[in-house]
Amino acid sequence: MIKVVGLTKRFGSQPVLRGIDLEIPTGSITVIIGRSGGGKSVFLKHLIGLLQPDAGRVLVDGQEVTRLSGDALDAIRRRYGVVFQGGALFDSLRCADNVAFPLREKVRLPRAEIAKRVESALAQVGLEGVGQKYPAEVSGGMRKRVAIARALVTEPEIVFFDEPTTGLDPVLVNTIHHLILDLHRRHRFTAVMVSHEIPEIFEIADRVAMLHEGRIVEVGPPAQLQASQNRVVQKFIRGEPEGT
Amino acid sequence: MSESAVPIILRPFDLLGGWTISIVASLGRFGAFLAAALAAMVTPPLKFWAFLDRINFIGFRSLLIIVLTGAFTGMVLGLQIFLTLSRFGSEAFLGPAVALSLIRELGPVLAALMVTGRAGSALTAELGIMRITEQIDALEVMALSPMRYLVAPSIFAGIIAFPLMTAMFDVIGIFGGYLVGVELLGLSPGTYFGEMQTFVDLADIGLGFWKSVSFGVIVTWVCAYKGFHVGHGAEGVARATTQAVVLSSVLILVWDYFIGSIW
Repeated sequence: MIKVVGLTKRFGSQPVLRGIDLEIPTGSITVIIGRSGGGKSVFLKHLIGLLQPDAGRVLVDGQEVTRLSGDALDAIRRRYGVVFQGGALFDSLRCADNVAFPLREKVRLPRAEIAKRVESALAQVGLEGVGQKYPAEVSGGMRKRVAIARALVTEPEIVFFDEPTTGLDPVLVNTIHHLILDLHRRHRFTAVMVSHEIPEIFEIADRVAMLHEGRIVEVGPPAQLQASQNRVVQKFIRGEPEGT
Repeated sequence: MSESAVPIILRPFDLLGGWTISIVASLGRFGAFLAAALAAMVTPPLKFWAFLDRINFIGFRSLLIIVLTGAFTGMVLGLQIFLTLSRFGSEAFLGPAVALSLIRELGPVLAALMVTGRAGSALTAELGIMRITEQIDALEVMALSPMRYLVAPSIFAGIIAFPLMTAMFDVIGIFGGYLVGVELLGLSPGTYFGEMQTFVDLADIGLGFWKSVSFGVIVTWVCAYKGFHVGHGAEGVARATTQAVVLSSVLILVWDYFIGSIW
């Protein structure tokens, strides 16, 4: 389980996270929703250990990530897979080499085994035959799928998705969501996803947390949020503009 | 303490203090960055293929510009020094004058400035783009050290490539001087090279060598640091690239004077 206690962060005089408390159950798909610029990605970077909070703690199975550094933090990160907003594929490597990269550098398997796993990972995301292309030579949707394959190829226990469908058309959004759901069913990892794809996200989430102005204003199963009486939640779900 | 709480008479001291703290902190980060890179350079696993790639990037791909600038620098030196020496009837010293100017001073400095313009700027831009597209973050969350994969190979390659580029610059420059002094202006080849052999000693070559090694560290360190700590978006990358080239160039000239005066 991932437990977040009183997480606070400010950049200069600008408070971004104002004391977030959240529990993310093991094996679930938890989606963090909220407006753009509301601190969702900053929150995710604290979970991953890329940012240090001003106050508060992030605990992964009781171990405090926010106090770790060096080898101890790396040991936790070896349990992670991360899909970044833009994919963050290494543009000097072919797609297959991108997927193979964590295996080559972290797991030290024989070449044949790595090739087999890479082929299988690319097949799972529906990208057979794309491995020899460079990231710049494939479409945005394909890049996201390569990034998902790279994040999952080491069979991580916890996978973080930072807006994995940003900039994609509705068909691709659904394709990626169902791909994540399918992979989650097969591998049973704990998924933490940042998204503002409403209402599509309710189809795949086990739990949804709404982040607004640096605070979690509501958390629960999708049905609970859809029926929420909280005005902020309702306005966001309906896509109502500010001030109405 | 908030700024408004400082009495107006003390504001200049407050600003000066804040500025000093910020400079010292950024120098500290700058130094810690080099220390981390050097630590990654001397502890296994060493990234041999990344190092070879950086040698190609910093060294091999700078060859053309080194050959061109080396040749024309030597030719200009050959022409100007010949004209000056001929006023005193001392044309025979053209060879050592060209060689000493190149080996002690112009070779290391101009080669370093040229490589800064070509490879240093590209290194900053490459790392800057990797930073803003989260590729460096991706390495970190894979529990892989960006220092080991990206920075240490560049600094190591700088240490190897800069002296080689400088040696190339010196040799091409000396032949550029030969072309003008001997082939065009009629000095004898024996005089050109013979006097050079008499006046240039190992200490001169040592000075040029250590200058180029230190320039290799300075340029790759500054350019990698600036790329690593880039601001936001394309503008941030552009600003970091400009700062990297300017700072590297200034540090090359400052360090050149410093090392030249104590050698």
